Amino acid sequence: MKRLFVMFFLLLLSIPAHALNIFACEPEWAALTQQLAGGKADIYTATAALQDPHRIEARPSLIAKARRADLVVCTGAELEMAWLPVVLRESGNSKVQPGSNGYFEAASAVRMLEVPTRLDRGDGDVHAQGNPHIQTDARNFLPVAAALAQRLMQLDPANKAEYQQRLAVFEQQWRTALTRWEKQAAPLKGVAVVVQHRGFPYLSNWLGLQEVATLEPKPGLEPSAGWLSQVQDTLRQHPAKMVLRAAYQDGRPSEWIAQRAHIAAVELPYTVGGSDGARDLFGLFDDTIARLLKGVQ
Amino acid sequence: MFKRFCSSTAIAVLLIHSIPTCAADSGNAENAFNPAFSLILSGSYGNLQRDPAIPATGFAMNPNPGHEQGFNLGESEMGISANIDPQFRGAATLALDPAGGVSVENAFVQTTSLGDGLNLKFGRYFSGLGYLNEQHAHAWDFTDQPLVYAVLWENQLAEDGVQLKWLAPTEMFFEIGGEVGKGRGFPGTERAKNGSGAGVVFVHLGDDIGIEQSWRAGASLHRTRRVDAVSDAVPDLPGTVGGVSNSFSGDSQTVGLDLVWKYAPNGNIKDRYLKVQTEYFRRKENGDLTYDTAVAGANITDTYSVTQSGWYVQGVYQFMPRWRSGLRYDRLDPGVAQVGAANAGNIIADYAYNPTRTTWMLDYSASEFSRFRLQLAHDNSRQGLADNQLFVQYIMSLGAHGAHQY
Repeated sequence: MKRLFVMFFLLLLSIPAHALNIFACEPEWAALTQQLAGGKADIYTATAALQDPHRIEARPSLIAKARRADLVVCTGAELEMAWLPVVLRESGNSKVQPGSNGYFEAASAVRMLEVPTRLDRGDGDVHAQGNPHIQTDARNFLPVAAALAQRLMQLDPANKAEYQQRLAVFEQQWRTALTRWEKQAAPLKGVAVVVQHRGFPYLSNWLGLQEVATLEPKPGLEPSAGWLSQVQDTLRQHPAKMVLRAAYQDGRPSEWIAQRAHIAAVELPYTVGGSDGARDLFGLFDDTIARLLKGVQ
Repeated sequence: MFKRFCSSTAIAVLLIHSIPTCAADSGNAENAFNPAFSLILSGSYGNLQRDPAIPATGFAMNPNPGHEQGFNLGESEMGISANIDPQFRGAATLALDPAGGVSVENAFVQTTSLGDGLNLKFGRYFSGLGYLNEQHAHAWDFTDQPLVYAVLWENQLAEDGVQLKWLAPTEMFFEIGGEVGKGRGFPGTERAKNGSGAGVVFVHLGDDIGIEQSWRAGASLHRTRRVDAVSDAVPDLPGTVGGVSNSFSGDSQTVGLDLVWKYAPNGNIKDRYLKVQTEYFRRKENGDLTYDTAVAGANITDTYSVTQSGWYVQGVYQFMPRWRSGLRYDRLDPGVAQVGAANAGNIIADYAYNPTRTTWMLDYSASEFSRFRLQLAHDNSRQGLADNQLFVQYIMSLGAHGAHQY
C-alpha cells in the first residue's frame, strides 16, 4: 500500500507541470515572455506586426484566448483601450482583470514620454498616461523584463529559479547588444527625421534623432493633402534626412513626402515580425538600426 | 478633473524597481474618468415619399418604429459607467428624447470577478439575442435597423431582468447564455405579476480564420406569454375604414440565427475591411384573438396562430481609411394565419405579399469619434406603395468612449 502511494506520488511529479497560459497583446511582449519563460509558458499573441494596435476588434477568438489565460501581458497606457477592456470583461476570467496579478502592463515599468498636460480630443488621439509606443527604445526592455520576470515568479513560484536564471541571461545578452546597437547607431545622433505617426519618441530619445515634423496632423488622424504640403514647406526650412513609419502604416504619405522632399522613406519593423529581419527581439533592433543607417546614407 | 495621480500600484512598482513612473497599472482606461462619462450627439434629415406611419404589409399587429421626416434631432445618448467595487461594474445609458424627457435605455450591473467564464448581468440591458440587438444605435452601420428588427423587436429588445452567460474554456469561442425578465418591450406585455414574463437562451460560436478573417455565429430562442396585446388600425376583411383594434393573448416563440464574417487585409482594420452579416428570425404566435375591441365593436374572440419571419443580409466595406459604403437587403414574410371559424370572415389570414427593402449607405468618419452618413433606400415594404427614401445623418461621440463589441 505504501509502495503504491509512493508510486502514485512519483507519477504525479513526473506529469509535466501545467505551463502558464499567456495572452500577449503585442508581438514584442510575446517575444520577451518567450525569452523569460521558455518552455514554461504557452504564449498567444493577440496582434500581428502589420496591425495597428490601437485599432483591433474585440474578436471572439481573443475573448476565448483571454478566458484561458493565467497572465495578460500588454503595453498599457491606453494603447489597447479600444478592445482590451471588452475582451477582458467578456472573458469571465477573474485572474486577468486589471489590478489582479494576472494583468501586466509594460508601460508601468518605464518612464513615460509625452505625458500630455491637457486632455482634449481636439488634439487628436492622445493618451493620458503618455505615448504608449515604448518598445522602440531597446533600453526599456530591461525594466520591463525585470518586472515581468517578477510577475512570472509570483504566478509560478515552483519555477522561480528558472525564471531568475533566464532573466539574468537575458539581461546580460541585452546589455551586450545595447552597447553594440548604440555604437552602430552613433552616426544617427542629431539626424533630423520626419515621422508619419507620433510613434517614435522613445526611439528618437534613445538614438538622438531630431523629429522635425509629423505627417499626421494630429495623432490618429490621416494626413491630408493640404497638411502634407505644409510639412513640405517645413522641410524646406528644416531639411530632414528621412521619413519614418511603422510596418503597419500605409506607405503612401511617407512615399509622397519622400519623393517631393528628396529624402529616404524608411519603414521600420516596429515590433517582432514587422520585417524579415525582425524575427526576435534582437533581430528587431539589428534590423531597425540597419534600416536607419541605410536611410542616412 | 483631468489631473492624474500616481496610484498606489505605481508606488509599489517604484519600491520594487526604483524607476520613476507615474503610469499606473490601472489598465482600465474606462475608469480614467471615474466614472466614465460619454455623450452621443446624433441627428438626421429624412426625405420620404410615403407616410412613415403606414406599417409593412401584413405587419399591422407588429410595431412600426418608422422614420422621422425632415430635420430632426436623433437619439442623443448619455452614458455613464464605472467599476462599482472589485466585484461589480455598473453602466447606464440615458436616451434624451428630442421632444424633451429622458428614458432609461440601459441601466445594469455586471459582475467582474465571478471567474470560470461566468458573467452575470442584471437591470435593464439589451438582450443577447441575435447579433445587432446588443449594439447601440451609434454603432449601427445604417441609419435604421433591418426591417426584421423593426417589426419583430421594435428595433431593439431591452429587457428588465437577469442575464447569465458562460464562456467555455475551449480554443474556439463558445458561449451560452440565458435571460429571464419582465417581458418588457415587444413582443412582451410587461408582466406585472410574480415570476418572469419572458425568457431568452442563446449560444455563440466564433473564431478566426488565419490572420485576416474572423466570424461569429449564433442561435437564439425567445419565449414570452402575451396578455391583452392590443393593436390599432389593423386592416380587416370587411374593409373597415381606418381599420379595427384587435387584442391578442397567447404564446410567442421566436428562433433566430445570425452570422457575421469580417475580413481585413493583414487583419489591419484601420485601412480597409469588409464585414458581411446576416440574421434570420422566425416567430410563432399561438393563442386567442379578439376582433374589433372598440367600445361599440364586434368583440369576437377565437383562436389565432401565425408564423412570421424575416431576414436581412448586409455588407459594409471600408474602401479607404475614413470612408465606408454598405448595401443591405431586407425581406419579411407575414405568414398565413390560422384563424378560428368565428373570425374567418373578419381577419385577413393571407396577405400574399413579402415586404422587401434595398438600402445603400456611404459614410465618412473624420476621426474615430465623428461620422457623417448618406443613406438611400428603395422601400417595398408596403404593397403598392414603393418609397424612395433619403437620409443624412451625423453621429458624434464625446467624452470617454468605451471599446466596442465585435
